[in-house]
Amino acid sequence: MKMVMTGNYASAYGAKVCRAEVISAYPITPQTSIVEKIATLCSSGEMKAKFVKVESEHSAMAALISASMTGARTYTATSSHGLLLMHELLIWAAGARTPVVMSNVCRANGPPWSVWADHHDAIAQRDTGWMQVFCEGNQEVLDSIIMAYKLGEREDIRLPSIINEDAFILSHTVEPVDVPEMEDVDSFLPPFNPRFRLDVNEPYGFGSLVMPDMYMEFRYKINEAMEAARQGWRDVEKDFERHFGRSHGGLVEFYKCEGADAILIMAGSIASTAKDVVDDLRAKGKKVGLARIRVFRPFPVEEIRKLAGMANTMGMCDHSYTFGHWGPMGQEVRGALYDMNDRPLLMNYIVGLGGKDMTPGVIEKIYLKTLALKGGLDHDIEWIGVKGHGGW
Amino acid sequence: MAKFTIPTEEYMNPGHVGCLGCGGCHAMRYTLKALGPKTIISIPACCWAVMPGVFPYKCLEVPLINTAFEVTGASISGIKAALEAKGIDDVTVAGFAGDGGTADIGIQALSGMAERGTDAIYIMYDNEAYMNTGIQRSSSTPVGAWTTTTPVGNTKDWKKQPKKNMMDIMVAHKIPYAATCSVGFPEDMIKKLRKAQGIRGPKFIQIYAPCPTGWRMQPEKTIEVCRLAVSTAAYPLYEVENGVYTISRKPSELKPIKDYMAIQGRFRHLPQEEVDAIQKTVNWEWKRLLRLEEFTKGLVEG
Repeated sequence: MKMVMTGNYASAYGAKVCRAEVISAYPITPQTSIVEKIATLCSSGEMKAKFVKVESEHSAMAALISASMTGARTYTATSSHGLLLMHELLIWAAGARTPVVMSNVCRANGPPWSVWADHHDAIAQRDTGWMQVFCEGNQEVLDSIIMAYKLGEREDIRLPSIINEDAFILSHTVEPVDVPEMEDVDSFLPPFNPRFRLDVNEPYGFGSLVMPDMYMEFRYKINEAMEAARQGWRDVEKDFERHFGRSHGGLVEFYKCEGADAILIMAGSIASTAKDVVDDLRAKGKKVGLARIRVFRPFPVEEIRKLAGMANTMGMCDHSYTFGHWGPMGQEVRGALYDMNDRPLLMNYIVGLGGKDMTPGVIEKIYLKTLALKGGLDHDIEWIGVKGHGGW
Repeated sequence: MAKFTIPTEEYMNPGHVGCLGCGGCHAMRYTLKALGPKTIISIPACCWAVMPGVFPYKCLEVPLINTAFEVTGASISGIKAALEAKGIDDVTVAGFAGDGGTADIGIQALSGMAERGTDAIYIMYDNEAYMNTGIQRSSSTPVGAWTTTTPVGNTKDWKKQPKKNMMDIMVAHKIPYAATCSVGFPEDMIKKLRKAQGIRGPKFIQIYAPCPTGWRMQPEKTIEVCRLAVSTAAYPLYEVENGVYTISRKPSELKPIKDYMAIQGRFRHLPQEEVDAIQKTVNWEWKRLLRLEEFTKGLVEG
């Protein structure tokens, strides 16, 4: 059914149509309307889930790991500091192979306090063993939740997923969203039925001490699953398209990259604005394109390598940063391109931190800058719009 | 024919890797005897995170999940919610955590679990320090005790603060049942665990579980020290049901606290005036408990 809703409501409806059985969450701006909506859906009986109202995000994730190990489909939502507080348990969730699905409303980390969008909260969880999707729009927010359960619950994958939506730009902005019928989702997504669970009839122990000869085996298996999930996301998206008649571009969405002179690579909702800029610049005869990283973990190495040869100059717009060495996506894109003979010139741009506006004008300037890149770069990273350092 | 009050069934097999004379070992064994095989146990970082054995071995006959140090309360809420979602209502969910994992790092998750009314049993086996990491003080370490982080040395830096009273804290949460018990009194312990199992809502059980290694005591003294803890009122056994206190064992006359301290190396450094001060505190606490019993029972009768 087509409805007009925010990204946060799309998240709540995503959990609903997937029949999440145990929800556990703690409020944080700008995620709160997800928890409120789920509480309303539960109290009206539309959702049958058990909602464990916890005293912190840390406990939310702990409760869900245990619930998932008991065989329940689990969902939570958080943002920024809530996600950072969970960090220990994100590693636990992946280690325990619990396919929890979590919406993260991407928000800057303090101090100084900021409630506005950037990706540093999500990026800081890069090495936890969670799959991560960055969404461009609200339909994608809902659909990615369904796909994350479908893939994450696969016996050979069994990994948790973070579905990222940008603070306010998606979380509080309404768009038309097609909410699939629950029966329709049922035929795509079977109930969660893990072979091993906490069960008094089969009393297994989980997470016990292992000696050094075994520990690496467990970590290797997580990595194997994550590597397999790369093809898994391609497959699940094709399945999804067959079933629901729409797709969101696979691991990396290429927009007008054919015959481009310059391509910008980015993730999240700014891609939506950037597509308009690409259209405008193309109309003016500038050959530019856009590659949107949709799935960040597993990292789409093959898709990024396709970029080599597509254009001579590229810019990676990181909505985040690592202090001391490039932007995180900049590092990974550069790493993936390193082995390619026809690798392009790559400039890393740090953009839009703490909600700093990414207007069409700013994005256009970045495109023009990238088009003008020449060999022998004397620097390879720029913080866009920083005052007092030649910023614009 | 003698009637056994302790179930003869065993759900803990040989093969645990605890120390000689470990009180925590008895605590688990009797807990499982009391709760039976339809029990799911959540264990955070503590001695029992190691004691079931190294993968792929496990000496316990019940399903168990290892959790992070500070999340036992949240973990049992999650297990219970999942069982409810699956329509399973004949399984007991129990958290089994040490005193550090309960009174220190895990107190937030425990408080949350108690406040939201999770139908589960939270068990704190109290060996009065971080024993798994090697005898560091916790807030449950008694005043006067030596630990590796309250060394005696020239500065006489033994623990100066009183033991945190978890029972008071849990009673303040208005939970239906809280009790202390001791591995030296297994019949009492089993009775209390079974009572907890029969009550809906959050339950808190605090088990006195001596640690010969950490208390600097011979392993064969474990049960003796349990008996002395009760007969000196160093560690009284009582239960609080819906706010009403009942003392499980009332010695007609308390033995002096020095008898309790004398068999443990962790108090050996204490000068007489410190022992006297501790005796005064023990007397005060015992009197307070007697009055609490009298007062709360009076409220019911009144």
